[in-house]
Amino acid sequence: MTQLANTPSTTAPDTTTPGATAPVSGRRRRALLATVWPPLAVLVVILGSWTAASALLGDQSFLLPAPHRVITEGLGDPIVLPEIVEALGQTVLVAFIGLAIAVVLGVGWAIVMLQAQWAERSLYPYAVILQCIPILALVPLIGFWFGYGLPARVIVCVLIALFPMVSNTLFGLQSVDRSHHELFRLQRVSRWTTLWKLQLPAALPAMFVGLRTSAGLSVVGAIVGDYFFRRGTPGLGSLMSTYTSRLLAPELYASVLVAALLGVVIFVTFGFLARLVVGRWYGATKS
Amino acid sequence: MTIPAVDPAARTTPGETLVEFRDIGMTYETGTTALEGVDLTVRRGEFVTVVGPSGCGKSTLLRIAAGLESHTDGTCETSTDRVGFVFQDATLLPWRSVRRNVELLAELNGLPAAERAEAAAEAIDLVGLAGFESSLPRQLSGGMRMRTSLARSLTLDPDLFLFDEPFGALDEITRQRLNDELLRLFAERGFGGLFITHSVAEAVYLSTRVIVMSGRPGRIVDVVDVPFDLPRDPEVRYTAEFGELVGRVSHSLKEAHA
Ligand SMILES: Nc1ncnc2c1ncn2[C@@H]1O[C@H](COP(=O)(O)OP(=O)(O)O)[C@@H](O)[C@H]1O
Ligand SMILES: [Mg+2]
Repeated sequence: MTQLANTPSTTAPDTTTPGATAPVSGRRRRALLATVWPPLAVLVVILGSWTAASALLGDQSFLLPAPHRVITEGLGDPIVLPEIVEALGQTVLVAFIGLAIAVVLGVGWAIVMLQAQWAERSLYPYAVILQCIPILALVPLIGFWFGYGLPARVIVCVLIALFPMVSNTLFGLQSVDRSHHELFRLQRVSRWTTLWKLQLPAALPAMFVGLRTSAGLSVVGAIVGDYFFRRGTPGLGSLMSTYTSRLLAPELYASVLVAALLGVVIFVTFGFLARLVVGRWYGATKS
Repeated sequence: MTIPAVDPAARTTPGETLVEFRDIGMTYETGTTALEGVDLTVRRGEFVTVVGPSGCGKSTLLRIAAGLESHTDGTCETSTDRVGFVFQDATLLPWRSVRRNVELLAELNGLPAAERAEAAAEAIDLVGLAGFESSLPRQLSGGMRMRTSLARSLTLDPDLFLFDEPFGALDEITRQRLNDELLRLFAERGFGGLFITHSVAEAVYLSTRVIVMSGRPGRIVDVVDVPFDLPRDPEVRYTAEFGELVGRVSHSLKEAHA
């Protein structure tokens, strides 16, 4: 890793004046390069094989348009780009509404289960079932009941994103040590005080793990819902479906790329958020 | 709830009874009998330590005094609400700074912010943690965490102070230093102490009386009064008399174990 990082820093001339570069910032830049270079090298390999495969396909290359065509005819196209951007906005909107609802429901569900063993015993199986049933099979039913607009898409999103919030929050709430509980019990405080000052803060790291998973799933949910329900503003799902049916390969690849980037951005953002909120005291928080 | 000035002399001579166990027995739901026929009284100005083989019911005894566990036989009377409990681990909340950890109990008891800040500042001073108010528990050593825990209990100005092997995980030097500080606090405050330890030397150094318990079910097999003056001179540890007492307690402990 360090060898890989050293090579570019010696070949590329330093733009800053030599005296101004502190050794610490140099080390930090080298560490940054070490994390950036390996995946970048993989990307180059992927793009290379992609271009080669596309050329080999000859007149069937509409199946796999060369990477540069995804840019020129997809993302770079003055008509396609605004279309994709608008769809992205719609997908993000649905995903965030869905995620917000999933967080509130999930935390609420976990808190209810925390109150009594019978509550956990009777409610947890449903959280597991929710996780097990193929939501895709439910999608037509949801459209049937709730129409084909925004509410139906949000519902699909919530159903897909809910479980990680429920299970991780419950795990976090139950992770409090016995002695910490006794510390609170000795002061004869109410269970709500204990929840608010002890269990919820202690559960935050686990909740952030759930949040990050749920956020990724809510994007999946938003796209799936959108793929099936076409009423109202189209999101990325509708757009992909349209491009597929019209065999517009570069446009389709461009929208898939944007969806993938959205996933990555969300993953990184929530990881950053977790470190910001609990990283100060919770050692094991990984980026 | 803030720490009032106390006349040390009034509080270091044995005073009113703070906790009294009479013929206490404890059998857990699992069928384990942890304690049997334990009689023990702690008065203000007494520092009683309990030694015994592990699993003999020492923690159970302490938890009964604190009301965390209810005994199945005999009676236990605690005559004060101001009970401090120091756990085996520091039980700090990792997301709170030292100051906010020390403020916790006062906060849970509904004290106004200004008063609990004052109580916390004073307690932090007492345990020698001034300057570390903003540190998080993960930034502290084990000894400093224990001091924080101690300071947290001090904000309640307890009449009865219960300790469950609080210094067991610390290295010897840190443990001795904390013993000295605890004795100083005891001399200043004159609370009643009930302290559990597995170190015989610590038991003798800290206490006015050492209780030796047998293996499970725990019974009291020996009571040793410690005559050294309070406040105690750390050098007392190296005297022959101290060594003799340590020997006697160790001997009782060994017999109880057999
Ligand atoms: N909540 C409990 N339920 C059942 N048995 C317990 C419980 N707590 C402690 N015990 C048992 O009671 C005995 C005494 O425990 P404890 O008081 O913790 O001993 P010590 O502190 O002296 O090591 C042990 O055998 C232990 O396994
Ligand atoms: Mg114990």
